[in-house]
Amino acid sequence: MGAATTAHAPSASHDTPDPNENYLTVTKGVWSWLATLDHKRIGIMYLVLVLAAFLTGGIFALIVRLELFTRGQTIIDAEMYNRMFTLHGVVMVFLFIIPSIPAALGNFILPIQLGAKDVAFPRLNLMSLYIYAFGACFALYSMVSGAVDTGWTFYTPYSTTTHSAVIPMILGAFIMGFSSILTGVNFLATVHKMRAPGLTWTRLPLFIWALYATSIIQILATPVLAITLLLLTAERTLGIGIFDPKLGGDPVLFQHFFWFYSHPAVYIMIVPGMGIVNELLSTFSHRAIYGYMFVAMSSLALAILGFLVWGHHLFVSGESEYSMMVFSALTFLVAIPSGVKVFSWIATLYKGSISLKSPMLYALAFIFQFTIGGLTGVFLGMLAIDVHLHDTYFVVAHFHYVMVGGTVFAFVGGLHYWWPKITGKLYNETLAKVAFFLVFIGFNITFGTQFIMGSRGMPRRYYDYLPEFEIFHQISTVGSWIIGLGFLTALACFIQSLMSGAKSPRNPWNSAALEWQTPTPPPLANFVKVPVITRGPYDYHLATEQELSSDD
Amino acid sequence: MINIRPDNFQLPDALSTDAARVDDLYMGVYYFSVVFTVAITVTMLYFVWKYRRRPGIKAEPVTHNTTLEVTWTVLPIFFVMVLFHLGFKEYAHEAVAAENAIEIGVRGQQWSWTFTYPNGKQDASELTIPVNQPVKFIISSQDVIHSFYVPGARLKKDAVPGMYSSISFTPNTIGDMQIFCAEYCGKDHSGMLAKIHVVAQKDYDAFLKKGDRLDGEPLDAYGARLYKKNACYTCHTIDGSKGNGPTWKGIWGRHEDIQGGEGITVDENYVHESILKPQAKIVAGFTNVQMPPFTLNDDQISAIIAYMKTLK
Repeated sequence: MGAATTAHAPSASHDTPDPNENYLTVTKGVWSWLATLDHKRIGIMYLVLVLAAFLTGGIFALIVRLELFTRGQTIIDAEMYNRMFTLHGVVMVFLFIIPSIPAALGNFILPIQLGAKDVAFPRLNLMSLYIYAFGACFALYSMVSGAVDTGWTFYTPYSTTTHSAVIPMILGAFIMGFSSILTGVNFLATVHKMRAPGLTWTRLPLFIWALYATSIIQILATPVLAITLLLLTAERTLGIGIFDPKLGGDPVLFQHFFWFYSHPAVYIMIVPGMGIVNELLSTFSHRAIYGYMFVAMSSLALAILGFLVWGHHLFVSGESEYSMMVFSALTFLVAIPSGVKVFSWIATLYKGSISLKSPMLYALAFIFQFTIGGLTGVFLGMLAIDVHLHDTYFVVAHFHYVMVGGTVFAFVGGLHYWWPKITGKLYNETLAKVAFFLVFIGFNITFGTQFIMGSRGMPRRYYDYLPEFEIFHQISTVGSWIIGLGFLTALACFIQSLMSGAKSPRNPWNSAALEWQTPTPPPLANFVKVPVITRGPYDYHLATEQELSSDD
Repeated sequence: MINIRPDNFQLPDALSTDAARVDDLYMGVYYFSVVFTVAITVTMLYFVWKYRRRPGIKAEPVTHNTTLEVTWTVLPIFFVMVLFHLGFKEYAHEAVAAENAIEIGVRGQQWSWTFTYPNGKQDASELTIPVNQPVKFIISSQDVIHSFYVPGARLKKDAVPGMYSSISFTPNTIGDMQIFCAEYCGKDHSGMLAKIHVVAQKDYDAFLKKGDRLDGEPLDAYGARLYKKNACYTCHTIDGSKGNGPTWKGIWGRHEDIQGGEGITVDENYVHESILKPQAKIVAGFTNVQMPPFTLNDDQISAIIAYMKTLK
C-alpha cells in the first residue's frame, strides 16, 4: 500500500474544483451539496437523514416503553400505542437500519478503502439518495395522516382491512427499496471494477467483503418485497383477492412473500455491522483479522443462507411439519458462519496490541451482545422451544440483541472510528466513553429483562399486561431511559467535536488501513495520486513507520 | 413471588404432560448458552487485559491456522444438528394428537375466543376441560389472524381465516391455565385473553350436561341435519353407494385421487375448501356434474365435518 503524499498539485483553474483539495471546502454553498456527485458528501447527507430517522424511531421506542411502565393506560391509549410500536419498527427498519451502514458509512468509506476516486456510478448514487428521501416523504405523509397500526410486518388480512394510512407507508417502503437496490448495484460494480492497482480480492478489507455480500442480498431480495407490497396495495385498493381468504386469497402466502425478503434483510442489517467490527478490531489491536478468508467467506455464506430460512418466521402459522423440519435444520446452519466470525474475532485479540479507545469498546460489546443474540437464536431454531417462545418478548429481545446490540453498536462504533476521517476533527474521548457505558448498560437492562419476560409467556405487541409482568416492564423501561441518555451524550460529543474539536491528524488511530493513508479529511479525489497496493489492509508487520504514524 | 430456582424463574408453571420435557430442552440450551457466553466473554476480556497496548511491545503477526479454523467450522455443525434433532423430535411428539383426544373448536375473532365442545355447547372466553385427558384444539378465525397461545402447555398456533389448524395437549394439573392471543390483531389485542379451567372428569361431564346447549343438539347431529337441509344427499350417499359425488361413508381420512393433480387426504381443510370452492380439487371420476358452492359458515362446516367423522 503506497502511502499517498500530501503534496498538492497546483489548481487547474477556478471553475474546475481542485481534486486535491479537502472535499469539505473544495466547493461551497447548499447547491454544491445537494447536486454533488462526490460519494463522501452523499454519504454525509445519508448520514444526516439516517440519524434523523434513528432519533425519530428512538422517540417512538421511548414512548412505547413509557406507556408500558404501568398496567393499563400510562400516557396513550391502545390505538395510539399500536401506531407507536408500528412506527418504531417501520422507521427503524426501512429508514434507519437498512441504509445506515451501507448507504451512510459505506458510501463514504468503500471507495476510499478501494483506493478509488468515487463509486462506479456517481449519478446513480445521488439518485438513490433522492429516491430514499422521496420514499421517506411518503412515510412522513403516512405518519401525519393517521399513521399505521399494522406492525412493521403488514400481515394480511389485518393490513388490508384496518382504517389506518397503510398505502402511503407501503409506497414509502416500496420506493425506498429502489434506493437500496441501486446502492447495491453501485457497490458491486465499484468493488469489481474500481479497485486500485495491487488491491487483489484477498487484500480487500473485510468491511468491503461485508458490503459486497450485503449488496448481493439487496439486489436479489428487495424486488420480492416490492412485488409483495404492490400486491398488498392492489388488494387493498382494487379488491383483487391475493391474500384475503374472503376474496379467495391466502394470508399465509403474504407471510411467505414478506419473509422471503425480510429474513435476508436481517443480513442486510447485520453483515455490514460485522464488517465494521473487523475494521475496529484490527485497528485497535494492530493485528490482522485471524482467519481472513474464512471471515470473508462467512459473510457470503450468511448472504446465501439468509435466503433459505424465511420459513422459521412461520413456525406457528400452520405451514406443514415437513417445511418446519427443513427450515429448522437450515436455520441452525446460520450458526456456523456466525460462529466462525466470533471465534476469529476472539483469536484476533490474541497477541495483539490492544488499545481500548471508544470504537473498540463498541466492537467488544458487539461480540458479547451478538453472542447472546446468536445463542438465543438457537432456542428459537429448536422447534419445540420456538412454539413456546414465538411472538413473545423473548423474540423481541433476541432480535434487538442482534439489531441493536449488534448492528447499532457497530454503526455507532464505526461512526466514532471514521468521525475524524469524515469531519477532520477529533472528539472528546472521555465523553465518548461515558456515552458508551450508558448505552451498553441501558441496552442490557432493557433487553436482558425482556428475555425473562418472554420465556415466562409475555406476548409481544401488547398494550396491557397481567400483573406478574409489571416488574419486568418497569425495569425494561428504566433501561430505555439510560439508553436514551447514552445516545444523547454521544450526540453531544459529536456536536462538541464539530463546534470546537481539535484538528485530527492524518491517522489518529495509527491504523495500517488504506483510508488512513490519505489526508484527513480526504481530498475531493480521495487520493492525491492513485495508490498502489502492496500489502493487505491489516498487515501491521508490513506497514512502514511512516504509514502508522499519526501525522506525516 | 419470584422463585430463585432458575428453571422456575424463567418459565411459567408447567401444566401439561409434555411441558416439562420442553422445559428440560429449554434449560439444557440455557446452560449450554451460559457456558458458551461466559467462555467467549472471559477469553475476550483476558486477551484485552493480557495484550493491552504497552510501549515497545508490538502485536505479533499471527494470521491463521487452517486446522483450527476447519475445526471451529465443522465441529459446531454436528453440535447444532443434535440440537435440531432434539427440538424436532419433541415437536413431532407434541404435534400428534392422542387417539382418544376430545376435540374442542377454538375460534378467534376481534377480540375474543369462542370455544365449541364436542356436544355443540359453546363458551366464550372461558374453557373447561378434564384433567389428564388429551384435548385437541381445532383452531380457526373469522376475521384476521390470531394466535392461540397456552404458555402452561408451551404451545401456540395461529388462527388463520380460511383454514383450520390444531394443537393438542394433556393438562395434568387441576386449576387454571392462561390463554393469550399471540398474533397482533388490532386495538384490543392485549385484551384477547381467556382462561382454561382444568377440572376433574366428573366435573367436566357435569359441566357439559348442565349448561344450555345453543342448538340443544350435538355437533354431529347438527351436521346430519345440515346434510338433509342442504340436500347434500342428492349427490353424496352415506351408505357407500355411488352418486354424482363421492360417498360420505368412510370419507374421513380417506385418500382420494384428484383430477389433474396429486392425491389428497380428506381433512378439515379439504372439506372446508370443497364446500366453499367445489371446483378447486375434484376427486377423479366425478367430473360429470359440477357441484355449486355452498355458503355455509364455519360453524356449519365444522358440524358437517363432525358428521362426516361419524360415517365410518
